Amino acid sequence: MLATPLLLTKELPNLKYASTSHRFDETWAAPLSTLLGLGRAAGADFIEFFLERVNYIGCMAEEDAITSISPRLSTGAGVRVFRGKADCYVSTNDLTFNGLKTALEKALGIMGLTLPGPNAFIPEINLELLRDYATKRNKEQWLGETSSMREMGDVLLAANGKLAQKASHVQSRRAVYFRDWQEVMVAASDGTFARDIRLTQSVGYSLLCADGANRSSINKRVGNTSDPGFLRNWNYEDSAEEVAESAGKMLYADYVESGSYPIVMANEFGGVIFHEACGHLLETTQIERKTTPFIEKKGEKIAHENLTAWDEGLTQDAFGTIDMDDEGMPAQRTLLIENGVLKNFISDRAGSLRTGHPRTGSGRRQNFTYAAASRMRNTYIAPGNYSMDDLFSSIDKGIYCKKMGGGSVGATGEFNFAVDEAYLIENGQLTKPLKGATLIGEAVDIMQKISMCSQDLGLAAGFCGSVSGSVYCTVGQPHLKVDSITVGGR
Amino acid sequence: MAKIEAIASAAKDVAAKLGIQKFDIYGSAVEETSVQVDSGEPQAMKASQRSGVTVRVWSEKGTVGVTSTTDVDAAGLEIALKTASEASEFGATENVPDFSPEATASIAAHESPRCTPAAVDTLLKTLVTAEKELLEAHPAIAGVPYNGLAQRDIERFYINSAGAVRHEAASIASLYLYTKTEAEGKKPRSAGAFRIAHGLDKLDVNGCVKEAADKTISHLNYEKVKTGKYRVVFSPEAFLSLFGAFSNLFNAQSILDKQSLSTPDSLNQAIASPLLSVCDDALHPENVGADTFDGEGTPTRRVPLITNGVLTSFLHSAGTAKRMGTEPTGNADMGAKVTVSANFFHVFAGEPAQETYRLETADNVILIDDLQALHAGVQALQGSFSLPFDGWLIKDGQRISVDSATVAGDIREVLNSIIYVEPEGHFTGGGVCPYIWVDSLSVTGE
Repeated sequence: MLATPLLLTKELPNLKYASTSHRFDETWAAPLSTLLGLGRAAGADFIEFFLERVNYIGCMAEEDAITSISPRLSTGAGVRVFRGKADCYVSTNDLTFNGLKTALEKALGIMGLTLPGPNAFIPEINLELLRDYATKRNKEQWLGETSSMREMGDVLLAANGKLAQKASHVQSRRAVYFRDWQEVMVAASDGTFARDIRLTQSVGYSLLCADGANRSSINKRVGNTSDPGFLRNWNYEDSAEEVAESAGKMLYADYVESGSYPIVMANEFGGVIFHEACGHLLETTQIERKTTPFIEKKGEKIAHENLTAWDEGLTQDAFGTIDMDDEGMPAQRTLLIENGVLKNFISDRAGSLRTGHPRTGSGRRQNFTYAAASRMRNTYIAPGNYSMDDLFSSIDKGIYCKKMGGGSVGATGEFNFAVDEAYLIENGQLTKPLKGATLIGEAVDIMQKISMCSQDLGLAAGFCGSVSGSVYCTVGQPHLKVDSITVGGR
Repeated sequence: MAKIEAIASAAKDVAAKLGIQKFDIYGSAVEETSVQVDSGEPQAMKASQRSGVTVRVWSEKGTVGVTSTTDVDAAGLEIALKTASEASEFGATENVPDFSPEATASIAAHESPRCTPAAVDTLLKTLVTAEKELLEAHPAIAGVPYNGLAQRDIERFYINSAGAVRHEAASIASLYLYTKTEAEGKKPRSAGAFRIAHGLDKLDVNGCVKEAADKTISHLNYEKVKTGKYRVVFSPEAFLSLFGAFSNLFNAQSILDKQSLSTPDSLNQAIASPLLSVCDDALHPENVGADTFDGEGTPTRRVPLITNGVLTSFLHSAGTAKRMGTEPTGNADMGAKVTVSANFFHVFAGEPAQETYRLETADNVILIDDLQALHAGVQALQGSFSLPFDGWLIKDGQRISVDSATVAGDIREVLNSIIYVEPEGHFTGGGVCPYIWVDSLSVTGE
């Protein structure tokens, strides 16, 4: 059988590719493999295209009215070119062959490379058969099965009405929902050719209560990645009960007295402590920048022996679940820490190239305007063997951090995070509510002080901001005890 | 401008085809190039050309639907207008937004120079040199893990079916350098600096290097500060970031939504020390890339927010202004629900101070240079904050770096406890502000 003759660059203007315009399918193989070959002919070591279509809608109910329904449609692509360990990323809204070629040419130009002359052969890039994760779990039908605008409005209004019944001293109440449908395709010069559809949804409450000078604000959000009927299945009555109870307790809370305390962190969103204090520092992005204390610690004990932690993309429905990452690699379960010993880092392609740590299916990005970077997916501390009673009874005076706010970690490993709902622990018992606490510490130090984990692992939906934008992720943990931590307050 | 006219023309054609009588469009197009380096070598370079529009459509019953899209050709606009039209059936029936009454008003002349983008090689050489100078500034400076030099051209436009056409463009270059130290027996420390200007040739690269180096070196010898109440001085950056985190105080939409520390009755009440005055001033001469109109086409302007401690105005969209019986202020962001945000804070001294203070002679005073994690440590609806910071304890005029501390308080108490607003304002990128002295705040150290 005769092989297809190689293309000459001068034939490019005459090519008539007919890629499907409304979906990413096999018809994209020919133009993308030509462009990848063109990039290789120009001298690039590696080229990757990322294509994206987004159909997003947000909806908000305030008091008893829908005040916002906001659809957003987005299409774009990015091309990443590597030469040695340096790389360049160019993004564009133009998904025509010429638009993608212009983006490629720009990326090559920035890397000091130029497209070959008119008589150069374009090397063949043999893309694999399309690995189509969108054919799994009926994903092609997901968008059509999600709630209509009318249903969004109906559910949020009913939910907000329920919140009004449950809460007292309400100053304002909001119910918010979004649905983010995303189709992506990745094609790379190593033959990667993959497609996926993601459906991320989130719904929640924001409640502000006021009584004279006393104020409390509580937010509660739940998320999902694979149930088109998620909104209509939302148990808003239970959520309203929980939010109203928290806001009521915090309304008259005293400000926490600053100092160093033992604390019990609640499960679910309490996992933000691990996300900030350790998770970010295990990303190869941090190794590249030398901004993590764990660079040379693989195989060494970096945490208390009672601590085991995972980062993975496979938990059904969890907010950070992905079938493949944004570099076309299947997600996996990555054991980060086992009984205190550092086992693995979280790595994307560039991180792997620059640090030598293997890729873990963790190359993620907010959208096509960002190059992928090593990012967490579902990250959690594994359950331990202690009971809740064990944790509380070990504390004479401390703080129970029931609901965490956001946090961050800096270049030196110092982290911080806010506590939205807290209680004083005295002699093993919860006594009074506290507010205004910020927990601060250093990663290396705190990991040794997470000494007790209970058995009730819980996951919570969150948003993580970093070099490749804001991505959906899960934090999680069982209830755990930190022997001591600095608490900033009044 | 040709592209804007093409979009306007296409939108009118599509709207007519779909039977849409009333619509408006706000959009932008950005061309950007940025570079990062690591140990003298290029690491990550990035370029993008992106555009997007937000389309509002009014239904026959007067409700509004909105859609955003990155497809600005005729086909993309048609889908967006159709989707917005569908959404309009579910739009709010009360306080429905309308065109700004000032969408066709004349705009004050404002010079916003355009610059020819520098070559990527030039960006790289500039950043490599800056990194090298920073690494050579002190042996303990081991790296500049966060750095970036970017240049961007931004075009914005607003059009509506009543004939409004706005367009403007700006060129911006920016640089950030963030160091990390390694010294025997010491914890790693870090510090950074940022600069922004109309173009690379106007960017104060040397000043950025010097500031980052000076700050880093000043943090090498650090001490734990004792927990307690301290007189605190906020740097311009720190004060503006704290003030901005509580901007719901002036935000008319937040006030109408009861998501604010203010109420409609707060106007003309004292909310700060009489020593303090603040304006939102998009057209301030030092505002690089100033917007001359907002997302509804309303011209921007100088809005006095606090005058000698008294709350003198709110920031408005067309809708909030109508509801509160006043004029829009050029602070609207178009969306399904029009939101309001500040443009550029100008903080300055109000009434003359009875007593003046100087850092050079201060004792037992905390100078807060940079507040961190505002997204986590600020309870904007409660007024409280608890934030880690970088700064120094001033002892007999000497600066001692503070290790791992937080400052906590209530913004209303902070504003009322201001004892001195220094006379000299400093440009920070997001505003102009002097050093601000506050009588007493809780600091948690050891």
